[in-house]
Amino acid sequence: MTLPQLFFTYFAISMTILSVLVVTRRNPVHSVLWMLVLFIHIAALYLFLNAEFLAAVQIIVYAGARLVLFVFVIMLLNLKKEKTEKKYQDQWPVGAGISLLMIIFFVLIMGKITELPALGKYSIEAIQSEGSLMTIGKVLYTEYILPFEIASVILLVAIIGAVVLAKKRIE
Amino acid sequence: MEMETTISLLDIRPIIPELTLICVGLILILLDLIVKKKEIVAVVGIAGTLVALFGTYKLYGFYEPQVAFGGMFVLDGYANFFKLIFFLNIILTICISMKYMKIEKASFGEYYSLLMFSTTGMMIMASAADLIVLYLGLELMALSTYILVGLMRKKPRSNEAAIKYFFLGAFSSAFLLYGISLTYGLTGTTSLSGIAESLNALNIIGSPITYLGLIFMIVAFGFKIALVPFHMWAPDVYEGAPTSITAFMSVGPKAAGFAVLGRVLFDAFPAMQGQWASILIPMAVLTMAAGSIIALAQTNIKRMLAYSSIAHAGYMLLGIIAGTHEGLTSMVNYLMIYLFMNIGAFAIVIMLRREGFQGEDLEDYMGLSKSHPLASFLMLIFMFSLAGIPPTAGFIGKFYVFMEVINAGYVYLAIIAVVFSVISAFFYLRIVMYMYMKDPKQEVTLTTSPTMSIALAITAMMILIFGIFPSILLNLVRYSILG
Repeated sequence: MTLPQLFFTYFAISMTILSVLVVTRRNPVHSVLWMLVLFIHIAALYLFLNAEFLAAVQIIVYAGARLVLFVFVIMLLNLKKEKTEKKYQDQWPVGAGISLLMIIFFVLIMGKITELPALGKYSIEAIQSEGSLMTIGKVLYTEYILPFEIASVILLVAIIGAVVLAKKRIE
Repeated sequence: MEMETTISLLDIRPIIPELTLICVGLILILLDLIVKKKEIVAVVGIAGTLVALFGTYKLYGFYEPQVAFGGMFVLDGYANFFKLIFFLNIILTICISMKYMKIEKASFGEYYSLLMFSTTGMMIMASAADLIVLYLGLELMALSTYILVGLMRKKPRSNEAAIKYFFLGAFSSAFLLYGISLTYGLTGTTSLSGIAESLNALNIIGSPITYLGLIFMIVAFGFKIALVPFHMWAPDVYEGAPTSITAFMSVGPKAAGFAVLGRVLFDAFPAMQGQWASILIPMAVLTMAAGSIIALAQTNIKRMLAYSSIAHAGYMLLGIIAGTHEGLTSMVNYLMIYLFMNIGAFAIVIMLRREGFQGEDLEDYMGLSKSHPLASFLMLIFMFSLAGIPPTAGFIGKFYVFMEVINAGYVYLAIIAVVFSVISAFFYLRIVMYMYMKDPKQEVTLTTSPTMSIALAITAMMILIFGIFPSILLNLVRYSILG
């Protein structure tokens, strides 16, 4: 087993364990903290794919911004009751069943994957020559300027929506 | 580096209609602060939409195919015709909502502005020739619609609808992204025509992963169109949303969903027609069956129209299943007719709403013809059209879809569709029966307004004109899509 394979095996196994921990903890704050560890592991996987920008985004956006949001929501909802009630926690056989089906499905598909040549303009060498941040920045403002601008309108709508739903006086 | 790319001002020409709508949306928010009478905001909105409509028509001519932004954005007859549907949809929606939102005490500029943004999203979807643009357009449309559904946040029903729609919509977006990423991983491109080329060049048309990506995308579009089995959200959301928004979203997002479904299947996966038809056929049959049969049991007219719109999505899907451009033409033709009849029906539903009276029960329509003969007659036209009874346009819409599906060799699908359309006639005609043959249970007064009258006049006229002279619409659609 080569070193990258060893690392991948470690991350894959620990990510599976962490995901299970996230959904099985009774205390929602514990779940969120396990999720933080999970996100950092995912970021490490991105590093192995030579996607350092994606790894940084994973940490900043997911581990930084999103988890704070989760903790806020947990603070706002009074979850003491849910902690003792079983209501939300006895669905695991269904979940396990679906997961099993998915595993079988992916194993079946696995055998049919054929190796394809590297595709697209942005090969690993091309990205490495100027760094992924530079490549993304350039592409975002030239080739993908239209999607970039549409995304800005989506953010604008999100702001308007937050104001309308939270602040507008409606009788 | 000599990777210089210059963006000249000329490049934004193709998206001027979209930019117009975004600008109008922003102006409406500002106008809301200055103007006390919200009707003025609405009228400015309609005027802005007309400018955008004019721009779409004038910019390059309606039919000439144009490509912009490195092939990501395409302007052709197909896209432009869908944009026409979206423009009519928003104009009619604004017309029927001015008085209604006042009664609901939720009349403010952001409402109209969000309608603009949602329509912009739909237009981007119709013009998208790249999966990323398509996805972003879809999110823009969906996000605006989630907010509009939950606008009356003091009403639990509206909240429930918005949350359901939001969660299931987010879920379907995840499916779409899975599909896009699988397809991108296989083909190395997100451009629709590029995907078609790569699939051929790499010889991976039969690969199960290609199939999986395709299925994920169909699932996501199925959510937006409300195809069975992804229709669960529709009745609850249609019932809980403000009725004007129900009218808006029963046409707009559905039409946009069909636009991208047709575009993706015909442009990116033409080689897999057999495969996608085999997925869509059972979906279409189930959609027609569930829509027509469950609607029979409804007592709330908004829920009934929700199931009716599910059934109609099933009929429209037949046009795509046919797999020919003629089939696509019949689907677009149906959508245009569906726009008029559905918004017309919802306009009548809105008229029954007044302060302190919901007017959503089927029984509220009992004996309506005695007190309000004109409104009852209009409702009769809309119901006849939805049921597909000649000489209304609904008949023409169904007729052409069934004809194309028979031409494509699916005679049994046409027979199934006719059977369900006969079943569905029952619940449409039940309303007519209630209006004309029952005695009124209570006094119903209608809320009218000049814009409402205009909307009703346009919708009813169009249904009759397209029903009696079908070639007017059909030639336009044919010319747009077939060239």
